[in-house]
Amino acid sequence: MDVVGAGGDERLAPRSLARRLLGRPELGAVVGAAAVFLFFSVVADSFLRASSMGTVLYASSTIGIMAVPVALLMIGGEFDLSAGVMVTSSALTSSMFSYQMTANTWVGVGVSLLVTLALGAFNGIMLVRTKLPSFIITLGTFLMLTGLNLGLTNLISGTVATKSIGDMQGFPTCRDLFASHWTIGPIDLQVTILWWLGLVAVATWVLLRTRAGNWIFAAGGNADAARAVGVPVARTKIGLYVAVAFCAWISGQHLLFAFDVVQSGEGVGNEFLYIIAAVIGGCLMTGGYGSAIGSAVGAFIFGMASKGIVYAQWNADWFQFFLGAMLLLATLLNAWVRRRAEASK
Amino acid sequence: MLAVGLCAAALAGCSATGGKRAEDRAKRLAANGSAVNTPRWTFAMVTHSGAGDTFWDIVQNGAKQAAQKDNIKFLYSNSDQGDQQAQLVQAAIDQHVDGLIVTLAKPDAMKAAVTKAVKAGIPVITVNSGAEQSRQLGALTHIGQDETVAGNAVGDELNARGRKHALCVLHEQGNVGLEQRCAGVKAHFHGTLDKVYVDGTNMPDVQSAIEAKLQSDPSIDSVVTLGAPFAPTAAKAKQEAGSKAEIDTFDLNAQVAASLKDGTLGFAVDQQPYLQGYEAVDLLWLYRYNKDTLGGGQPVLTGPQIVTKDDADALLAYTKRGTR
Repeated sequence: MDVVGAGGDERLAPRSLARRLLGRPELGAVVGAAAVFLFFSVVADSFLRASSMGTVLYASSTIGIMAVPVALLMIGGEFDLSAGVMVTSSALTSSMFSYQMTANTWVGVGVSLLVTLALGAFNGIMLVRTKLPSFIITLGTFLMLTGLNLGLTNLISGTVATKSIGDMQGFPTCRDLFASHWTIGPIDLQVTILWWLGLVAVATWVLLRTRAGNWIFAAGGNADAARAVGVPVARTKIGLYVAVAFCAWISGQHLLFAFDVVQSGEGVGNEFLYIIAAVIGGCLMTGGYGSAIGSAVGAFIFGMASKGIVYAQWNADWFQFFLGAMLLLATLLNAWVRRRAEASK
Repeated sequence: MLAVGLCAAALAGCSATGGKRAEDRAKRLAANGSAVNTPRWTFAMVTHSGAGDTFWDIVQNGAKQAAQKDNIKFLYSNSDQGDQQAQLVQAAIDQHVDGLIVTLAKPDAMKAAVTKAVKAGIPVITVNSGAEQSRQLGALTHIGQDETVAGNAVGDELNARGRKHALCVLHEQGNVGLEQRCAGVKAHFHGTLDKVYVDGTNMPDVQSAIEAKLQSDPSIDSVVTLGAPFAPTAAKAKQEAGSKAEIDTFDLNAQVAASLKDGTLGFAVDQQPYLQGYEAVDLLWLYRYNKDTLGGGQPVLTGPQIVTKDDADALLAYTKRGTR
């Protein structure tokens, strides 16, 4: 930011760093994350170990990769309930194409990219053409994909899980890209963490520094007003669904190359984890407000809470209860901080 | 078409190893046609399986092969919701099937429907779960593994291997059968047994949760997963956590057989799901044909069978074709 308008219009006056921070949507989430981190540092002995951080980051990244485009989509005013199973669809497509065609796994990965992007485009085009709520459209896609995953896998492979492609050509290099990990000192880092941080960086740049970013905020804030000033709302929304599909492809390929075999019934319910991460991270359910960094912080809170409970060695029967309570508390703290910040502006 | 074109156009894009071609090469033997000339009866199987469970695939494979041999028309349906499973049984009764195979994972929900089938004169065989309730509801017999007995077998095997601290990985919260397995292990195991719940539909979560557990307690020297798909994931988690624990599992699949062979897994306890499907159809046929009941109505146990590295070689081929 330069200081050109400093002397004139008060709206253009530079704001202090503290003020600018207070205005960011992810501020509350960062405070929530810090609180969760401190809490588990105290109650769980092994939580602070470096090796544990690698595990927590991995858990966060597998949710975070999808939370980024889901957050953008929510800022754009829409939901995608098919995001969870789409990940599985993408992995299944890749695995089955490679296996059935006895093709190099890279060919399967490429075909899967095309298929998955087409699924995203289908969601987007259906949405803007029919003008039905995204809740209905993507619920339809969710159910259809769930059925297709099972039906096609069973029809093609004769079982409900894919066959192993671990002995096929191209597998090692694909795994390097999507599922490798390396050790730095005691920390074991998965490549998904890099994908995650990269996606957050790109999404943040798009949101804050490009015209497309303005379109997303405008389309989610008030679509009619945006259309009136020339924002291509339909194109923006289709693009957002394609972005979700692209990330589903990345996650799906990770699943495939990390675990070799894909179960066709997986992924159901994960769409809510992505939405939860985006909401904890400051996205409004009503659209027009939020950030990509926030979604990453949200995913990190979820990763810390779900693994922290294990590190704390609490009675496993209560796992879901603790997880729910931690998330609720983190989100309440988040909302409280944001209200304070807005009041002080 | 596009797919074939892609593959043909870029021969470089084809894999010389693995894949469908290798599978086709491997199985060039197929014997079809039924072995009997009894009328074509219709048998229905209604299970509590969730969508896309590999275990029930194997059960179905067994049932289908017996059905083919016995000249049976075989119908299969499933729902993991108790009330919906009962509705599916009702639908089978409405179709006047000649025999019924059901699982009693939720016996209370199934009670009315199964009793109704028995009253309607349909012979019923229960499989997999519900050994205690089977007789009460009027079923001919029960075929399956006693989960507690299977758990006990795992506990004994862990003792024999000198284990001190085991971890039981539950992939579905609130599943009675899984709890029985863990409780069965605990009853016979001399060391301590911890439990951890993981989200079975989310593999990265399974991995990171086991990883976290192993990191938080280095004294854990064995991990027992309750389903075959989770064993290789547990092995990965062990590697990431730098733990020395041995990974053992309930149930078998191709990946588990391969991992047993290369030593990644210690042992698997198999309840032989193929037998549960095959025997159920075959026993119904025997009852229809000859009024036979095997075991005099006592439960027919299909497991537990402990499978180790020594057996893995022979089993690998069977797991690949989906019958073990």
